[in-house]
Amino acid sequence: MKHTPLTSIHIELGAKMADFAGYYMPISYAGINEEHKNVREKVGVFDVSHMGEFIIKGKEALALIQKVTTNDASKLGIGDVQYSCLPNGKGGIVDDLLVYRLPEDKCAEGERAYMLVVNASNIGKDWDWISKHNNFEASMSNISEGTGILAVQGPLAVKALQSLTDIDMEGMKYYTFKKGKFAGFDNIMVSATGYTGSGGFEIYADNEKMMDIWHAIFKAGRDFDIMPAGLGARDTLRLEMGYCLYGNDIDDTTSPIEAGLGWITKTKKGDFVDRDLYIKQRKEGVKRKLVAFQLEGARRVPRHDYVILDEKSAEIGRVTSGTMSPSLGMPIGMGYVDRSHAQVGNEIFISFGKKQLSAQIVKLPFYKNR
Amino acid sequence: MEFPKELKYSEDHEWIRVDEGSIAYVGITDFAQGELGELVYVEVETVGEELDAGEVFGTIEAVKTTSDLLMPVAGKILEFNPELDESENDNPTAINEAPYTDGWIVKIEMTNPAQLDDLMDAEAYKEKVS
Repeated sequence: MKHTPLTSIHIELGAKMADFAGYYMPISYAGINEEHKNVREKVGVFDVSHMGEFIIKGKEALALIQKVTTNDASKLGIGDVQYSCLPNGKGGIVDDLLVYRLPEDKCAEGERAYMLVVNASNIGKDWDWISKHNNFEASMSNISEGTGILAVQGPLAVKALQSLTDIDMEGMKYYTFKKGKFAGFDNIMVSATGYTGSGGFEIYADNEKMMDIWHAIFKAGRDFDIMPAGLGARDTLRLEMGYCLYGNDIDDTTSPIEAGLGWITKTKKGDFVDRDLYIKQRKEGVKRKLVAFQLEGARRVPRHDYVILDEKSAEIGRVTSGTMSPSLGMPIGMGYVDRSHAQVGNEIFISFGKKQLSAQIVKLPFYKNR
Repeated sequence: MEFPKELKYSEDHEWIRVDEGSIAYVGITDFAQGELGELVYVEVETVGEELDAGEVFGTIEAVKTTSDLLMPVAGKILEFNPELDESENDNPTAINEAPYTDGWIVKIEMTNPAQLDDLMDAEAYKEKVS
């Protein structure tokens, strides 16, 4: 199993550890609910160094990215970030990712540079897929192994981090990034992104700097009750926002149109993988849709692959993600259901073996207190 | 992690403690609660039923996962711990805090106490999970 530059710290802190995408990762430290609450109300730090990063550079870097992703990367200025996905040629999704347009200080005249941030479990698959489509004047490099990420998330993230950097943290817009001095190091990338819905930053740095950055963040954040948070809380936080998790809510068999990712599927931007299929799906409608539901008053928790039923107990879909929402105090989940059942307000039923419990389809996000 | 000597342990991480005669208490082990993490709900709807060894007598929900509760031996379910019961104290984290005492789950009447011999003692169970 691979380690991140911070694995020894997690073990030292007594975190519950587990294999995630081939990495030995912290699941929780103080407990999922406590970490969740701390991110919603104060600030938490996640080691997400397992994520993959590719650099795409060259005169046709944009053309390659436009070809393999669904969103319109031509809209990105230097310092902008965009959520996107890679269609698999059959309408499914190879991976979802972030696209960063990088500064061009290391570029020759006419060249552009981008960073793609991908799921750890898909690094090899994504690399092969993008390489296969690289008939462009664009070089690719995989910097995943040498790059770490700390996600510092929560309403107090600005205050907790400001003393460490000359970047104006307060002034950073959501989905932008800056490079600057951070924790004594030069040229550190600070990105106003995250997977929690509570605001905050993701700090990208070379492996050898990660340990120092971690300690500096905890020192600077002490007065703001900063706390480490694991993948368990990361999952409950993202699910309360309705953010898709690759492998659960989206995969090689789900289309972005079905998954509610129409907003990142820009069929008007020009040619890209599966564009015609998505135009057709949009025009004719899709058979199933990803919906969000809650089980008000219930205590049983829907889990991945549980069957979703209609009022006549006929199967209409499957649960893709579920948890007991720490913020709402009730079971929540997402799942694909036949289009005819997918309206907000509809009642569906989740099968828990012997019993079925009523669930209400609701609008995302589940957690709205922003 | 604790492995009280007076208990017997099942492969499925339940413990059983004989109270008097054929009456016994059943719960999940310290190891099991640690693996599950914070518990959010315990459901037992089998009070009064006679179940075989290995049969499901309830369900336990943690934040991250759901787990069935299995009978370590055959028996009749006499009582569901009111400390855990939704309609009483509704305090499932009692299992996290005290899995062998306050966090007992059901009180049973064993059908065939000889089945206790099929279970592990503290030593064997400790070996299994370490």
